Amino acid sequence: MEFLHAVPFDQLLIQTINGIVTGMILALVASGLTLIFGIMDVVNFAHGELFMLGAYVGVVTLAATGNFWIALVVASLVIALLGAVIYLTTLRPLLGRDPLTTILATFGVSLVLQNYALWQFGPVARKIQEPFTGHFTLFYLDYPWYRLVIALLSAAIIGALWLFLKFGTYGIWIRATTQDRVMAQAMGIPVPWVLTAVFAIGAAMAGASGVLFGPLVGVNHAMGLDWILKAFIVVVIGGMGNLAGSIAAAILISLLEAYASLWVSPAQAIIVSFVVLILTLLFRPTGLFVPTPK
Amino acid sequence: MRARRHTVVYWTGFSVILVLLTVAPLVLPEFWRRFLTEILIWGLLAMSSDLLIGYTGMVSFGHSAFFGLGMYGAAAALIAVKPPSLWLATPAGLIGAAAAAAFVAYFSTRLRDIYFAITTLIFSQIFYVIIFTWTEVTGGENGLTFSRPALAIPGLFSVPFTSDTLHWFVLAVVTLSYLVLRRITQSPFGMVLQSIRENEARTRAIGYPIERYKIVAVMLSGLFAGLAGVLYAIQNRFAAPDFVFFLVSGEVVIFNVIGGIGTLVGPIVGAAFFLLLREGLSRFFTEYYLIPVGAIFVAMVIFMPQGLLGFARRWLNE
Repeated sequence: MEFLHAVPFDQLLIQTINGIVTGMILALVASGLTLIFGIMDVVNFAHGELFMLGAYVGVVTLAATGNFWIALVVASLVIALLGAVIYLTTLRPLLGRDPLTTILATFGVSLVLQNYALWQFGPVARKIQEPFTGHFTLFYLDYPWYRLVIALLSAAIIGALWLFLKFGTYGIWIRATTQDRVMAQAMGIPVPWVLTAVFAIGAAMAGASGVLFGPLVGVNHAMGLDWILKAFIVVVIGGMGNLAGSIAAAILISLLEAYASLWVSPAQAIIVSFVVLILTLLFRPTGLFVPTPK
Repeated sequence: MRARRHTVVYWTGFSVILVLLTVAPLVLPEFWRRFLTEILIWGLLAMSSDLLIGYTGMVSFGHSAFFGLGMYGAAAALIAVKPPSLWLATPAGLIGAAAAAAFVAYFSTRLRDIYFAITTLIFSQIFYVIIFTWTEVTGGENGLTFSRPALAIPGLFSVPFTSDTLHWFVLAVVTLSYLVLRRITQSPFGMVLQSIRENEARTRAIGYPIERYKIVAVMLSGLFAGLAGVLYAIQNRFAAPDFVFFLVSGEVVIFNVIGGIGTLVGPIVGAAFFLLLREGLSRFFTEYYLIPVGAIFVAMVIFMPQGLLGFARRWLNE
């Protein structure tokens, strides 16, 4: 227990906040992924690429307009449109086939998108300027307000999604389609459009998180790979298709990684998530935050 | 009668292709000789993955780990022992790959379908992170370089590898592996794997311990992938973490889908097609060749789910 005393309380608190902030972004990415999976049985391998392209659209719009919030909205809309196009061109023809084929098709899409970004924007990382640069003092650190705003904004977007699914008319359409596609169609719900819209919404969430996260790290063409990997870990731990589970899992593994990076380098800290994943598979293979199946 | 004719046609085709591949290095220029050897190595990797994708119905996104561990295992033996020995490097690589395969198999076979695909991907990343960050042992980002062992049978003869002998050596290993894999898929064991693919619940109900069958399938597949890794290490004299990254696993899946899954030969055709496409396209698109390749792959998933071989077979039948 000696090493526990070696860590000052203030560092632990800072890492807690850092972990929650990254966790909220990850939750935003993963909830788009899990929404798409839960509703249409599509594993979207290109989700990380949508995140990355969202950040790039943010960079371009920010350069053109100078306003971060406009960039955020434009990026979400553009990526939503891109998502709809991807769905209509590559995923709709696969409707009714094995869900495994959707992994293959979206993997192909991710190769195209990633290399397109490399071709269009080059290998040098771009920077998104934070919308405001205020700080508050946290022990000896100047902690940027912006990070807290990201966490709150992510929470707000996820909350809005939840309210929409629960109470909105179209949200009810979406849930009806999840439960029984054929019956929903029979009741007059335009199922093909609902599926397209769900994919677009999931894509928009990925795009928005890309812009929000952009100021914390450089924007480059390979950033999607890290995120799709983490998002996959999150959805397996949280139980695939389970929105609340993936949010909880996102925060859990981000916190653990933040604590782990007190001792090891951030590149190695991801091993902690692997360990959580292994333990989950050993003891609760259906997901950590899913009620035990009866 | 029909079955016998089919067998005759099959073995004739097999011998013709084998003879063509054997004489190829004598007529091809140096670049294409190397290229052909490389196709065979990637073909072996793709073929090993076909045992899972095509025959057991489990899409593995983790083959880069087995391939990479085979590569690093061989590298360790080649660096540690002087003079480097082929007969030490191969078992070392196979042990590395088997260890990775045992680990991945034990955990991921608890899950099915897409969950299996995703967990194999994540597990192969564990090996990537370890190899990438453990710089003292693995050389980290730079990887390891080593010298090539001689083609030798202790006490009998020892000749250094030239590009010709290397090609023949690789061809021999790949052909043997193909025959072994073919035998496996036609054995009672292979039949059980195919029945798992067709209907897992029913196979379980008949009384087969399907978890055990799946674990053995992943282990076998991992061993052959490791063998491909050993060959690649010997050919290129380096081991790099890039080959453990999951994009390589993705390419292996692409080889399978392009060539035609569940055929063993298909994945080799797929690897050849992919590498030729990359070679051809990179003249026009330079390093962005993956844009057209990705688009072609998506189109094939949608329009040609049986792959090139399945398509050719149907076309011939008509």
